[in-house]
Amino acid sequence: MSALEKLKAAFVSAIGVPATAEFDNLAYGRTVGWDSIAHMSLVNEIESSFDIMLDTDDVIDMSSFAKAREILGKYGVVFA
Amino acid sequence: MTVAMTVDDLLREPPYSLSQSEKERVLLSELTELTGHHRQRSSEYARLIDVIFPHSGAPSKLAELPYLPVGLFKERLLSSVPPEEVFKVLQSSGTTGQTPSRITLDRDTALLQTRALSRIMTSVLGPDRLPMLLVESPDVIRDRKEFNARGAGLLGMMNFGRQHCYALDSNLHLRLPEVRQFLKSHGKGDFLIFGFTFLVWSAFLQQIHSLGLDLSKGILIHSGGWKKLQDQAVTTDEFRSAFRKFTGLTRIYNFYGMVEQVGSIFLEGDDGYFYPPSFADIIIRDPLTFEELPTGQPGVVEVLSVLPRSYPGHCLLTEDLGIVHAIDPPGSTRLGKAFSILGRIPRAELRGCSDVIAEQVN
Repeated sequence: MSALEKLKAAFVSAIGVPATAEFDNLAYGRTVGWDSIAHMSLVNEIESSFDIMLDTDDVIDMSSFAKAREILGKYGVVFA
Repeated sequence: MTVAMTVDDLLREPPYSLSQSEKERVLLSELTELTGHHRQRSSEYARLIDVIFPHSGAPSKLAELPYLPVGLFKERLLSSVPPEEVFKVLQSSGTTGQTPSRITLDRDTALLQTRALSRIMTSVLGPDRLPMLLVESPDVIRDRKEFNARGAGLLGMMNFGRQHCYALDSNLHLRLPEVRQFLKSHGKGDFLIFGFTFLVWSAFLQQIHSLGLDLSKGILIHSGGWKKLQDQAVTTDEFRSAFRKFTGLTRIYNFYGMVEQVGSIFLEGDDGYFYPPSFADIIIRDPLTFEELPTGQPGVVEVLSVLPRSYPGHCLLTEDLGIVHAIDPPGSTRLGKAFSILGRIPRAELRGCSDVIAEQVN
């Protein structure tokens, strides 16, 4: 699975959006289902699928799909 | 600093690094701007402060800024954003016979609150999220559509931890196997413990004190419901020394805060006093004349914060009594006002989420 697919799978599983969602439009508090509880599941999913540990600031800044990609870049995840 | 500071700048600063005079200068300009902002966007706010402060001109110090009594948020919904921009409405923990406060948040204010809380917490926890023991039952956030202030507070704090473990079940009994397992996995390094003060004392410590659990690597953050402990005559010192004696836990931080100013909390320093972060402050007022009182004199606490933009809660007179002990205390690692909370104003209705639990526990 590519990094992008893994990230999408984490969003599907944690937030409950369909696999066909327009991922670039997902935003915390705006997308139905992405509330503070789902956010915690999302962080867990991302941490376990990429085997990383996110800092507090990154957990808080991760407010959109695009932002999640950007943050994962800092942890060495490459999106081809 | 010579250039004007924005809210963003304030949130980037280490939270206890501004001297009181420097902070007052920055906050005066920010909060004056914020008063104008709310005046323009909430006609009800404008009307209220015109009635309460009929002769106010341009403020020359923080104490001259118009403020609202915090109880007004129970009586009316004061909002500075149009309904379509409301992101969520926070409610205080009102139960039977009590009217809850309702606080309107838009996305920007909610985000500011989260960032602000993070600045404060990472100042004692460091940048890493620590394994986290919650002195709570999982039930408190089970109904995700409608959790109360206790649930909201818990969720806000859970961002600062990982591998969350609930220490209590729905009857507030200790989940000993889970707690033992947590300590076995994470107890050798730093970990975070969070809970409401009354639960931490009455439900947690009372159930573990004879078990010999080692919490010496823990950092305990707790808040709320101190009043119930004061009624039981539990002082800060007793609280701290009981934890030290029975569990080895020494890093303990209480904080003072309220749903009307989420994010803008006052965290204890190592000296046991509360300190406002760089983006907030407190003023002690005479309960009869409402004049500002000098250091060392107890009075009513007013809280100021630059965070509330979606509701006019930037200057609020609380129902709490407090005292400032020192300003920029020499020898402290923090600058600003070192203060304590002495309790509620007599006759103010009993409120606060953990006090409600306290009633149920007893």
